[in-house]
Amino acid sequence: MLCQICGKNDATVEFTEIINEEVKQLQLCDACAKKKGVEMEQHFSIADFLASISDAGSADPDAAADGGAPLRCKKCGMTFGEFQKIGKFGCGDCYLAFRKSLLPLIKRIHGSTRHTGKTKDPEAPGLRQTLQRKLQRAIDTEEFEEAARLRDEIRDLEKDPGGK
Amino acid sequence: MMTLDDLWDGTGEWLKGSGPDSDIVMSSRIRLARNIDKYPFPHWADAGQLEGVIEDFKSAYCSIDHFKGALFLRMGELDSIEKQMLIERHLVSREHAFRPEHKAVLISDREIISIMVNEEDHLRIQVLQSGLNLRDTWKLADRIDEELGQRLDFAYSPEAGYLTCCPTNIGTGLRASCMVHLPALVMTKQSGRIIQAIGKLGMTARGLFGEGTESYGNFFQISNQVTLGHPEEDMVDNLGRMIKQIIDQENAARDAVFANQRLLLEDRMTRSLEELKNAKLISTEEALNLLSTIRLGADLGIIKGVDRDMLNGLFIQIQPAHLQKKEGKQLSAEERDAVRADFISQKFNLKD
Repeated sequence: MLCQICGKNDATVEFTEIINEEVKQLQLCDACAKKKGVEMEQHFSIADFLASISDAGSADPDAAADGGAPLRCKKCGMTFGEFQKIGKFGCGDCYLAFRKSLLPLIKRIHGSTRHTGKTKDPEAPGLRQTLQRKLQRAIDTEEFEEAARLRDEIRDLEKDPGGK
Repeated sequence: MMTLDDLWDGTGEWLKGSGPDSDIVMSSRIRLARNIDKYPFPHWADAGQLEGVIEDFKSAYCSIDHFKGALFLRMGELDSIEKQMLIERHLVSREHAFRPEHKAVLISDREIISIMVNEEDHLRIQVLQSGLNLRDTWKLADRIDEELGQRLDFAYSPEAGYLTCCPTNIGTGLRASCMVHLPALVMTKQSGRIIQAIGKLGMTARGLFGEGTESYGNFFQISNQVTLGHPEEDMVDNLGRMIKQIIDQENAARDAVFANQRLLLEDRMTRSLEELKNAKLISTEEALNLLSTIRLGADLGIIKGVDRDMLNGLFIQIQPAHLQKKEGKQLSAEERDAVRADFISQKFNLKD
């Protein structure tokens, strides 16, 4: 693959940049990556940010402070250091495995660390609130058909909170 | 069952030029990122796991009513023109087309729903509708998500919501966007100021075909950035309110140029029309800019007898891969410019 900036040399570096929280991946040659690196200093990048908040603050982020095993996701095997390098999780469980070190990053990206949107699980306590909120909104906007449907859904849920 | 040829022959629902405020808002889009809990994310998965995602997804979607007659395509089985056409129709991303191994896409009737499989996340659910229609578009995406969620176990945590490959998408996994046509704001040099203001409010503006195409035909895609910490409906409504304000600003700018520079407008519009009718060679960017002027002329009633359906269709049909498909062969850039000019002039001369 050719460098995505100059289009001449072979791409040897994968470059992840975040501008306004939009993640972009570029395949670059050495020369363009170096130039880009200079440009990038003013911007916020996940890798730099992660490096700056890494707990141990040591050169090797995978070396735990007590000399023990590196922070690693048990499910997919990704280490926190690998995540810092590529800015992508290996699987859903990585979030839990790296949670403590991640929260500042999440806060910085989203201004919040807590999900308040739809819940996956019908049994989760959040579902009733979600439906209630949707119902209120439907009433506010006079979408009465939708409101009736939601009211029935809430009623069903109250009758049989466990099942679906 | 829809075939690939049916897809190429038709135009997507979102190009119909109908729906609320469709003179300024071309389309509304909702995208949801979802992952199947038991597999690693695509970039971290091996070939067997990626095929597992595809198989699980296939057995899930076929029992969902919305996908009756839908077209399922494996990216690796398409030729380069076909892949490019899917990009031009906004059905897959560049990444999805250029690294096609173990990737697939499902496209519903009239291209309203499309789902990329094994892009950055296992599933990228997209719903695309014409006009300013964010709330209905969200409702449909929500329903599709529920249907799929009943059949597939999505990666989720109560605290962080839906878990995605990139931390910028966690929570709702939702990106809502509108494609807006803002020729009068560009003409009056106000678009830069508005794009800056959009950025300050946690949203972003890009060009018709993503980053770096801001100048193409005065089209902008405006979308939310933050995916965590607010309910989906609030995110969708916030974007909707922002779009309403942009519509008001564009309309004010249109009124102003119409009142103060009528002659200049008429001159520019009639010249653009003549140019499109008579050109022998025309590039995509040039054609998009001329079509944008014609579209504004039609909206303002200066140019008569051009319907928006035909204009909207042209924005896609004049793209490189669509022209090559029509001609049935690979064409050089100059050959394409000639075919494009010919195609456009036929469309406009028919209308006379």
